[in-house]
Amino acid sequence: MDVLHWDGTLSAKDFRVGAFAFSQKWESLNSGFPPWVWVLSSKHPWLASPEEEGYLSLEKICISRPNEEDIDQISQIDTGEEEIGCPGNEDVIDDATLVQSSHHELHYCDFHIVYSSTFRVPVLYFRSYCSDGRPLPLDEIEKDLPACSSKELSKSKWTFITQEEHPYLKRPWFKLHPCGTAEWIKLLFLSDTAKPKFEVVLELYLLSWFSVVGQMFGLRTPFKISN
Amino acid sequence: MAAQKYVWEGAIPLQIHLHESQVTALPPPPPALILAPRIGYLPLLAPLIKPYFSSTLPPGVDTIWFDYNGLPLKWYIPTGVLFDLLCPEPERPWNITVHFRGYPGNVLIPCEGEDSVKWSFINSLKEAAYIMNGNCKNVMNMSQSDQLDLWNSIMNGNLEAYQRVSSKHKLSTVDDEYTSLWLPKSQQSLGETDLTAQVKTGRVPVRLYVLSVREDFHDLDEMPRVDSWEKISYINRPVEIRKEDKCFTLHDALKTLLPELFSDESLTNVKLTGVDFENATRNPNEDVRTDKVVEDQGQSAYKNPEGGHISGRAEIKLIRIQGIEPKLEIPFSWVANNLINPDYFLHICVYAKVGQ
Repeated sequence: MDVLHWDGTLSAKDFRVGAFAFSQKWESLNSGFPPWVWVLSSKHPWLASPEEEGYLSLEKICISRPNEEDIDQISQIDTGEEEIGCPGNEDVIDDATLVQSSHHELHYCDFHIVYSSTFRVPVLYFRSYCSDGRPLPLDEIEKDLPACSSKELSKSKWTFITQEEHPYLKRPWFKLHPCGTAEWIKLLFLSDTAKPKFEVVLELYLLSWFSVVGQMFGLRTPFKISN
Repeated sequence: MAAQKYVWEGAIPLQIHLHESQVTALPPPPPALILAPRIGYLPLLAPLIKPYFSSTLPPGVDTIWFDYNGLPLKWYIPTGVLFDLLCPEPERPWNITVHFRGYPGNVLIPCEGEDSVKWSFINSLKEAAYIMNGNCKNVMNMSQSDQLDLWNSIMNGNLEAYQRVSSKHKLSTVDDEYTSLWLPKSQQSLGETDLTAQVKTGRVPVRLYVLSVREDFHDLDEMPRVDSWEKISYINRPVEIRKEDKCFTLHDALKTLLPELFSDESLTNVKLTGVDFENATRNPNEDVRTDKVVEDQGQSAYKNPEGGHISGRAEIKLIRIQGIEPKLEIPFSWVANNLINPDYFLHICVYAKVGQ
């Protein structure tokens, strides 16, 4: 299996393998973040499905961008729940200054990575809400994104957000449209001068993918590609 | 392509009642009788419906939505598909309720009128193009005026105008001969694919809606009504047409999508005991001419693979596409070319009985 002739897509089985590798690598690299959890979800709850279907979930991530007046200190928000990770770790978030301020309500985001059998790539679904659980509309969410993201969103045909039904949860979620993914992921791997074997590509696929899409939300993924 | 013409002419007679919470003046207004195109979407009917009720609506902003027996209707599913799925025994006219307030935002994706529907349609078209060609360049490269012409042709039910735009942009369908366009390597993710070329992968865009019930039934009108979308499994997965010794049939296609409900035994024609399909196969009030499409209308028997019983628990009761129950031995390529919606998707409704 030659990376040069690869079209950038994954089979459903590859996705599951890659998801497992991704969540392992994520845990070892990001102590500030909670782990990605694989949620098992059979689409046919009434049938014994031989195929394990599921998706990756990372929830209650704080994505608030503080106002300029509020920037004075870095603080950890500890509500006593394990799932909430608002790391003040500068390696992980650009301009990482998370401030708890009465003027600035904190916004959280749930991320789900779901496999698309149409596009044969992972797709990022997300939803954002306030600390009281109130869901946020897209224009509010865009205010939380780094400035370059909103510009990208409006002009790039490869990155745009649609609101669709979550394939498993059947509720309205936002989705980062996947139709350019195979192309840029392939470029990402081809630009690596040491052309890796497909097995290595598979292991690094989701990590590489998320390192790009995560930046939309100001989440930087530090990692090294080991040869 | 006479069958496509019949699909486009198909319509569902609707009897639309204003929800009681929206009635501000007694007596409540009589229901609106509207003929809705099968290939259309419910919110597009707003301009036709509003005049009936505008005098009785409370003041404020209108956001239209519909329900059937309390189930909010997903506006991005074509009208004909909603009808085929939610009315096992076709109800003529179909009684649905319209609301102009109280949009259920936790269940339904927001709809801000015609633009939302158009946007959703274009997205589906992009997805279908990607499935058929390996990329959505042909849709992305459509000029604004072509996009508008395409959309208007659907709004107006103008098949010729639609075909003019779609053929111009090579929105291709599957090769109708039994020869396959299947690339040997397309099964692996490392096929030899030139990203810029239009590669016909032989994949057909399919959206499958499976309504599952636990109790057995003898008549379609005994089926319990759908009170929640949880009862419906939605499978959005393309079907790859494979070249084999025999031709690839509708049965083969469904087997790849729902392997748990089909066995490996060969197709046998079995009349499902006790299920009365006479009313189901004859739809005199619907404009879709089933006679032309299904060869043998004389039989009220439903052709079903015997294998549904193999699991001991689950069996297929009914398969409906564009309001008809096609024979499973029909070549899938024919179904894919003739029964698709304007979004190039084949929408298939399946009723399945499942065990405990």
